[in-house]
Amino acid sequence: MARPKRRDVLGAMALALAGSPLRGHAAIIHGALPWSTDQTQPPQSIKPGGWQFFTADEASAVEALVDRLIPPDPETPGGKDAGCAVYIDRQLAGPYGRDDGLYNSGPFREGTKEQGPQSPLRPAAHYRKALAALDDHCRKAHGGKRFVELGDDDKDAVIAGLENGSIALGGKQGSFFKQLLKDTQQGFFADPIYGGNKDMAAWKMIGFPGARYDYRDWIDRHNERFPLPPVGIADHPDWKDG
Amino acid sequence: MRKAVAAVAVVAASTVAALAGNNGQDFAQIERGRYLAAAGDCAGCHTAVGGADFAGGMAIETPFGKVVAANITPDRETGIGAWSDDDFVRALTEGVARDGTHLYPAMPYPYYTKVSRGDVLAIRAYLTTVPAVHNPVTSDQLPFPLNQRADMAVWNKLYFHSGEYRPVAGKSAVWNRGGYLVEGLMHCGACHTPKNTAGGDYLDRPLKGYALQGWFAPDISGDTRRGIGSWSADDLVTYLKTGHNRFAAATGPMADVVAKSSSKLTDADLRDVATYLKDQPGLEGEEEAAQASPVDAGNSQMQAGAAIYTDECSACHTPKGTGVLNLFPSLAGAPSVQSADPTSLIRVVLGGTRSVATDQAPTGPAMPAFAWLLDDRRAAAVLTYIRNSWGNAAAAVTAAQVQSERADLAKRTE
Amino acid sequence: MARKLPRKDVAIIGLGWTGSILAYELAQEGLDIVAVERGPWRDTATDFPVAYVPDELRYRIRHELFLRPAQVSVTFRNKEGQEALPVRDWGAFMLGNGAGGAGVHWNAETWRFLPSDFTLRSHLTQRYGAAFLPPDTTIQDWGVTFDELEPHYDRFEYLCGTSGAAGNLKGVIQPGGNPFEGPRSQPYPTPPQKQNFGHALFAKAAADMGYKPFPQPSGNLSQAYTNPLGVELGPCTYCGYCEWFGCANYSKASPQTTILPALLRKDNFTARTECEVTRINLDKGGTHATGVTFVDSSGQEWEQPAELVILCGFQLWNVQLLMLSGIGRIYDPNTGEGQIGRNFTHQVMSTAIGFFDKNQYVFNPFIASGAIGMCIDEFNGDNFDHGPHGFIGGGYIGQVQTNGRPIEMIEALPAGTPSWGAKWKQAVKDNYLSTIYSGGACHGSCYSYRQNRLDLDPTYKDRFGRPLVRMTIDFPDNELKMSAFLTDRYAEILKAMGAKEIVKKPRKGPYDVTQYQTSHLCGGAIMGANPKDSALNRYLQSWDVPNLFVMGATAFPQNAGYNPTGTVGALAFWSASAIRRQYLKKPGPLVDA
Repeated sequence: MARPKRRDVLGAMALALAGSPLRGHAAIIHGALPWSTDQTQPPQSIKPGGWQFFTADEASAVEALVDRLIPPDPETPGGKDAGCAVYIDRQLAGPYGRDDGLYNSGPFREGTKEQGPQSPLRPAAHYRKALAALDDHCRKAHGGKRFVELGDDDKDAVIAGLENGSIALGGKQGSFFKQLLKDTQQGFFADPIYGGNKDMAAWKMIGFPGARYDYRDWIDRHNERFPLPPVGIADHPDWKDG
Repeated sequence: MRKAVAAVAVVAASTVAALAGNNGQDFAQIERGRYLAAAGDCAGCHTAVGGADFAGGMAIETPFGKVVAANITPDRETGIGAWSDDDFVRALTEGVARDGTHLYPAMPYPYYTKVSRGDVLAIRAYLTTVPAVHNPVTSDQLPFPLNQRADMAVWNKLYFHSGEYRPVAGKSAVWNRGGYLVEGLMHCGACHTPKNTAGGDYLDRPLKGYALQGWFAPDISGDTRRGIGSWSADDLVTYLKTGHNRFAAATGPMADVVAKSSSKLTDADLRDVATYLKDQPGLEGEEEAAQASPVDAGNSQMQAGAAIYTDECSACHTPKGTGVLNLFPSLAGAPSVQSADPTSLIRVVLGGTRSVATDQAPTGPAMPAFAWLLDDRRAAAVLTYIRNSWGNAAAAVTAAQVQSERADLAKRTE
Repeated sequence: MARKLPRKDVAIIGLGWTGSILAYELAQEGLDIVAVERGPWRDTATDFPVAYVPDELRYRIRHELFLRPAQVSVTFRNKEGQEALPVRDWGAFMLGNGAGGAGVHWNAETWRFLPSDFTLRSHLTQRYGAAFLPPDTTIQDWGVTFDELEPHYDRFEYLCGTSGAAGNLKGVIQPGGNPFEGPRSQPYPTPPQKQNFGHALFAKAAADMGYKPFPQPSGNLSQAYTNPLGVELGPCTYCGYCEWFGCANYSKASPQTTILPALLRKDNFTARTECEVTRINLDKGGTHATGVTFVDSSGQEWEQPAELVILCGFQLWNVQLLMLSGIGRIYDPNTGEGQIGRNFTHQVMSTAIGFFDKNQYVFNPFIASGAIGMCIDEFNGDNFDHGPHGFIGGGYIGQVQTNGRPIEMIEALPAGTPSWGAKWKQAVKDNYLSTIYSGGACHGSCYSYRQNRLDLDPTYKDRFGRPLVRMTIDFPDNELKMSAFLTDRYAEILKAMGAKEIVKKPRKGPYDVTQYQTSHLCGGAIMGANPKDSALNRYLQSWDVPNLFVMGATAFPQNAGYNPTGTVGALAFWSASAIRRQYLKKPGPLVDA
């Protein structure tokens, strides 16, 4: 029977708890439902201003990338103006960039697709490495130009190469493309509080009303377009200050 | 399993011991005393959070500083075990302790003075049966000169009117029983009657509402807009019994009152209380002109408030402000929403609150805090909207009022 | 060094649905009870307020309410001989954490299993002959019947206030309900939820095709409700933030909205949160539990002695704790011996996406609830003749679209749409409001097989240094055939609804731990009639340690074509009733081995 010795358990635990985001506060709950006014944990709006994770070069590359993954059109901004690069920057600077809370213990071994990602490379490091490799590739293949300096068609061809694996950036084939595409689309459609979906442009584009919580008056109104514009957690154009 | 059986045996033994220890005191008197102690909400102050029953130590916030409730268990040294019955009666009805010092009126002797000697002695009889706890309490933490207890003699001359409740001729026995409870043991006016700067009641404005401890204890007279005039007697009984009715959920200090006191009273007594309160004249004539018509729905504060209400409030309180019975209080027509003083409303919006849970209504639903989302102007806007929609009418709330309450809330630790 | 706490009558491990139910039921007996919960205390106004709970990124994508894999994960492989690797981020299933457990983040689809589901092996053998069963299947009868469980289903539904339409009231088929359901003793406590356009369209098309559509039984309530404990729930507002989210307006049945307020009023109940049980302690003979050992968030280890231990964690963690505590023997697929880890099953989900003309159809998919929907049950369990089809099992089929959250919805695009660029953007814009995309349209059963099992991983450890549970699972042909069959039936209905294009998504092998199916992991310590083929008796009492009861889907011998929570709740009340009526009077085995 695999029953670990208690000493091992405690030693491992002390390590796991030190500086861990999982550290909480054990509580004894008795007699009544607890209440405390300062218990809510609202989301933090991203801080405006400069890049928190990307260097200026990286940022320009990511802005160029997200603007081709989601190009602007006459009605809706592209990934860049929607803030997708800002979103990714803030995400990479935070817990997501470090894979905080995920199972990060080794050994790291290559598995099957069905076993899921097994790379020890965290998202922030992945971007750093892949963006450097991307510009290296572009300089070699496009006469010394960085990705941001390419024309739209060339940019699209590079992205297609990343997607189909013909352009390798050092990591697992296509892995950076997948990561970037997922992050870009999530930033585009997430609440604007996280930096993307500026002015709820993505929600307006598709007709999603956002963070609304009461559709009782609408459940019975079949096949009618919902008339109200979207709202975000902190985006409420109707709340003009009284 | 074994332990459960053992626990039952221990309880039985201690009950026997308690009875025997009272030298044949009347069991019925003790039980009546238990009931009256609940009506007087003795535990509300004299039992600290997590502390032993009646062993004191709870700090009571007054406009002048904190007063700590005494140990009233039968412990001879730190409690009232050494007190005679007369000592006890004098403390309750005259505000004078056994050693002759004056109590502060945080101990509501200006109300308890209305209680009959028989009822006071029943409470005394009950308190002799609770476990004695050794717990020395330093009761006053007031700053000088308010810590000079002798000053209380002067205060008493000005504001204290000694004497048992006298039934009002021409009113029914039901009404007078209600009056006896409201003006005496239940000491409703201690929170709900406006007070002068010395803490004395404005006797000409009984039960018209008063702000204390960061809350506004609302008007509970028969005023139809701000008071409980629009409530039926059943509404009032239900509220006091369960903490909830179709208009309101008890929260803040009133949640404690319901939990420890009013929910334990008989329906008959609560009905008498309702009869009395509903018959108390309101302020209609006096202030109605100023507040009878709602703030114009077209003004920009009301429009912003409506938008905030739709996004943040209607999913619980419903788009028409009608709420959900026992879960989300109705805002439409609710007296507390239309209080002259919006302190409680601001506090609830900023800090959130949990309503009381009782055996009859155990849910204890809570309202989330919005301080992080609504700045002063926005909180003022949504409150102004709520106070002036669906037939409601009350003065607009200002950003300055919200700012002041926000600062007060930040200092509080509860 | 473990510090020892005063003895309790009952130690409950985990305060989700079953922990809350058992705590409340046993508190009624006056027992002194402690519930030890790994996660934090959570409550409506403080943890899921209206103002910020509708946040797809935070809750759906970043999994805020869930157990973190860094706390404990599992390893996974498809088959023997393959090296199992850790699940580094959740994918195929989500694991709850904290007070309320998965009851906080579920969709609240509140089903009963079919009567024949409880006697599956004997029923199928009788109808089709033993040779019709797939090779290697280890399906079993449960040891409890539908009729025995019916009063307990009823109690769970009345606890939750479930909104639905009865289909079979005491044997009389009711119009508008599910005619295939077992007889119920009384109607649902509240009427069905209203349905949005897409669901109504499905119902009409299905009825036109001769099926009997009915509203999905929902724990998102159609109206305010007061349950038998006096706890109040509010009406659902169709916000579409149910699964993965906590409910902000008390309208989704959860331990928070149905039991915990009443439970916390009991002086003989205490909960300890952010305390993780690391071991169930046994006496020297190994046949009697002496209590539990847990570790609080500061790292302090505590020993909690108790007369009765009730294991109420999620299926995976129940099995892990049994294995790590040395209770029972770990299952060996080669010999068939050992009971802990066998009959591990999941759910076989599939769907088809229907694309409609955007000029004619506006579905407003965001107007929804977690358990809204219209369903048919013609192809569930053994409601149809499997003879011609060559597989066993089935599932309900329905338009059960729970939300219109955009990050999820953009998965649904017509065939041939590029994954990025202007054409992708246009396709997203053109299809969002006019697409039917119900992730759980075909809710297929998942039967048990000799090779699908749990044991302990030889390599990977959790944060306490304990071996992770190792999942070995794949979908056999039987399950894939069933999934294809259900998906075809659903696609036919989509076509009848008027879809201009349909993309079928039948479940394909191999089992993939990154693709969300459901969080309905089952088995590993199953119930049954005798200790040779089960870990628990019919009352969920451990055969090996009679003062240990194990709740939850851990006990399911195989999974049926429904969401499991209704059955999990019914089994909890059934077990609690046996403990109250029989065990407490005479502690010891309730069934002779």
